[in-house]
Parts: sequence; C-alpha cells; structure tokens
Amino acid sequence: MTILVFVKRVPDTESKIRIQYEARTILEDGLSFVISPYDEFAVEEALRLREAKGGAVRVVSVGKDESLTVLRKALAMGADEAVLIKDVTPETYDGLRTARIIARAVERKFPGADLLLFGKQSVGADNSQVPAMVAELLGLPQATVVTKLEVADGTATAFREIEGGSEKVALSLPAVVTAQKGLNEPRYETLKGIMAAKKKDIPVVTLDELGFAAEDLVPQVEITGLDVPAARQAGKILQGDPAHAARELAALLRNEAKVL
Amino acid sequence: MIAVFMELRDGKIKKSSLETLSEAKRRAADLGCDAVAVLVGSGVEASAADAFGAGAARAYALESQALAGYSAQGFALALAEWAGEARPAAVLFAATAMGRDLAPRVAARLGAGLVSDCTGVAVTNGKLEFTRPIYAGKAVLKCVLRSSPQLATLRPNVFPLGETAPGAGEVVRRDVSVPDGAVKGRAVEVLREQGGEIDVTEAEIVVTGGRGLKGPENFGLLRELAALFPKAAVGASRSAVDSGWIGHQHQVGQTGKTVSPNLYFAVGVSGAIQHLAGMSSSKVIVAVNKDPEAPIFKVADYGIVGDLFQVVPLLTEEIKTILAE
Repeated sequence: MTILVFVKRVPDTESKIRIQYEARTILEDGLSFVISPYDEFAVEEALRLREAKGGAVRVVSVGKDESLTVLRKALAMGADEAVLIKDVTPETYDGLRTARIIARAVERKFPGADLLLFGKQSVGADNSQVPAMVAELLGLPQATVVTKLEVADGTATAFREIEGGSEKVALSLPAVVTAQKGLNEPRYETLKGIMAAKKKDIPVVTLDELGFAAEDLVPQVEITGLDVPAARQAGKILQGDPAHAARELAALLRNEAKVL
Repeated sequence: MIAVFMELRDGKIKKSSLETLSEAKRRAADLGCDAVAVLVGSGVEASAADAFGAGAARAYALESQALAGYSAQGFALALAEWAGEARPAAVLFAATAMGRDLAPRVAARLGAGLVSDCTGVAVTNGKLEFTRPIYAGKAVLKCVLRSSPQLATLRPNVFPLGETAPGAGEVVRRDVSVPDGAVKGRAVEVLREQGGEIDVTEAEIVVTGGRGLKGPENFGLLRELAALFPKAAVGASRSAVDSGWIGHQHQVGQTGKTVSPNLYFAVGVSGAIQHLAGMSSSKVIVAVNKDPEAPIFKVADYGIVGDLFQVVPLLTEEIKTILAE
C-alpha cells in the first residue's frame, strides 16, 4: 500500500516561548525545533504498515527549507521518500490555508495513496484542523486521535480517543487517520538510517507549481494580538507538621478558595 | 444569529455544548442577534429541550436516517448545507473529541476560517474576537476571522453556564438528504473505559500524580482522594505515563491533555514547562511536593512541602471531614 505521512517542524515541547510583539510572531532565536511529537507516531505507524503489507511510505512537509531536517529524520526512521512543499510564509495559525495546499498537492503530485497519516495536532498551533480539512477537501473519510489502527483490504478500523473511552470507526480506504500517543512506540533512527537519509534527494515543490497565486492563500485568520499568558501569583506554602498542614489546607480550600 | 452545534450523549445535550450555547447567547446579545441550537441525527428533535433552558431562541433538528450514528462526513454535510441556507454569522462547537473532529470538516466545506479551543470570545467591530492558547498555553493568540460564517470551538469547563431553567421553544425540523456513498466512514461502537471514569478534560477536580509517586500502585492514593468528589478524575505527568504507570489518556501537559478544572491537585509533580502548559488555566492549583524548589510551587495557589505518602492520606481525611460538615 502507498502511505503519505504529513509532518511539521515545531518548537521542542521543553521550549520557553517568547514573543516578537511588532511582528505578532514567536521569536525563533534560541528555540530548538523538532518533528511534532504526534507526527512521529504517524511515521512509525506507516513504517509498521509497510513492514506488514509492503508498499511505500512517502513523507511530506509544508514549510520553509528548515523543514528539511524533520523530513530527514523521517527518512532516517525508514521512510522511502520525502518531499518538501515550500511555503516561506510565517505561521498563520490558519488550518484551512495549509489544508488547501496539502489537498492540492495530494491531487496533483501524489495521487493513488491508500492512507494519509497525520499527527493528531501539531504542537504549537494546536489546531487539530488540517487533517480533517484535507479529508473534507478530498472527499475522504477520517478517524482522528487514533490509538489503534487495523488495516485490511480496502478498509480500516480505527479506535479513536473520546471522553472517558474510545470510539470504533469503520473506514473505507483511502482515508485520513491522525495519530494519538499510545498508537505505537516510535523507533529510534539507526546510524545506517541517518547516513542513508543524508544521501537522499528531497524534491521541493513550490506553491506556484501547485497552481496557487499569492491571493489564493490569504489566511482567514487575522491575528489581532499575541502575548504570553498572565503569570500566576505564587500562593501560600504550608510547611512543617503534615497533619497540621493538611488540616490548614482543607480549611483554606473551603473558606478562602471556596472550592470544597 | 450565532448557531451552536449540540453534541448528544445518550440522547442528552452535553454540558460542554450548553456552556458554548451560554457564551453564544451572551455574545449574540452584544451583536443584537439570537443564539440558536443545531442538533444533527435521527430522532433528535426530542433532545432539544435543554437547549431552550440554556437560552436558545430556536432549535434546528437536521434529521436523516443516514445520520443515526456519528460520522464526521455526514454531520459536516448536514451542518454545511444548513449554514449555507440559514447564513448564521457564526457556528460554534464545544472543543470536545467530536467537536474537534467535526468543526474542521464543516469549515473546509464552507471555505470558512476556524479558531480552535478558544478560552475567550468578545465582540469587536461587529465581529467575534477569539482568544485561544497556543503552544499549549505558553502563548495566547487573539484573532478575528475574515470569513462568513466565523467558526470556532470553545474549550469545555471555561465558559460559565447561563440560566438552566427548563424552557420551551420552536424546533424547526429539516430533513437532510445524504446521497448514497457520501459517508465512507462512521462510528460503529463506543467503548467506555472500565469503571466509568470521567475524562480529565471534563472533570471539575483533577488529581494528578507524577514521578514522586514512585510506582503505579501508588496511584491508589490519588484515586482515594478523587473518589471524595462526584466529578473528579485522576491525571498523570508525562514521566508517570512514559514509565508505564498509567494510561496515556490520563496525561496532562503539552503532549497530553489541556485541562481547566475548578481544582487541580499536583502530587509529586515537579512542574516541567510542558506539564505547566497543560494545567495552568486551572482555577485553583494545589501542589504537594517534597522539594520546596519544585517549579510547580510557582503556579500553585496552595502548596504543602512534604512527603506525599504522609500528606495525601491526611489531606484525604481532612477533606472528607470538611465535606461531611
């Protein structure tokens, strides 16, 4: 089977986020960037499906040249091919814009895929929008936030996380599936994989080649403010005898915080 | 008008949908328009009553046999068709598993912008201005949408419920035609987690354990504390989950869930930045940790520096006593 996996370059989750106020963007200086953690589960799932059923895994990212590093990481994990769709626009937080680019690329450049895998969200924009939008634009079914995936001939069964349980979703292929933590345990790259990934050519597709003019991709989202959250005031710290501290805390929660 | 999608569980509208409707009603008042409820499915007219209690001026029931079970494709088709005709200024959803699955499809079908997981909505120049955390709460974005309608999902447990008096109102039924073959994937079964635990994102009180618990068996201490409250859930830090002590569905933080309960207990949790990102919008935070320098104390409203194995059972007893008063 042919599997497309979509990956994004994002700030490491340990990063402290600082703001460039005039430009209403986050400051990239000093941040370290990684493949979005949920995308790693998607890459791993694709590799496991290929190992079980044969076929090819092609990894795609939309972004600037720096996104090549996350594509190389996916190649080092074992993906067969990688493609960069070059988009130098800074983060728009607009899922529909990205979804349109991806849907057009799938139609024109990667037709015939059986499965489109994504992370359940990119950490950062935290939108959880693009995969379901791509599914809608392409008329495909979807299962999002999936922790277990079984693929048969032309169909798939996915278990998606919902509040307090899971939902079993029956899909016909091709379909869009988004990976949640728990789907699998991503493999580490091997040295051999890393060396091979370095030698692989990663083709670059431009927005122009996909037939987009600049005005086609004006974001629907207009940013009116970007800031860091108000800091919480540090509160009352109780020390000393545990029995006394526990009694005092329970009383404070009832009388002062009024949450009991 | 502002339309709100009503998510049903066992035939009843979910609380998070009613919270969203309550907020829609407040913002509709600013705009001088109505808030309406939209239900989708088969035989859903009867479920509309709670929406009137929360302030809906009308309810629309989009009905089809083909929508008897949830499918993102089928529900998106029904909602987009309705919105195309009814032309609401905005369509809002609760940011639940279903809302997050469905809203992007509706947006794509309508060619409309969508803002996810909002924690604030205001009205500016006749438009909705949305506030939402990004980078799991390490930054806060404000934005408006250029599209009509404006679409957004609203975070559960953030927006207060309005009046919940029983009400009555007009239910407008619309029969939806779902072409054969239009729905290629659907939910076929819901599997509840054993014990009927509620999810950390829906709980009013969350009791979270971290590495300080030292092992999976000690989550029992937290379950005993959580069991004192009707709507409490047990959470976990990433290190507890990655050690295999508890399932990932309990994880709170940037690679887990973002929660905003009324009361959050962080027990043996150091407070790594990725954990703080997922819980600092909780209303009241309590930390128990033996390390007085732990970063969790910087965000806690109340903290006890001490051995959690001593403190938590004592605290459980004290809270039990207070609740019994």
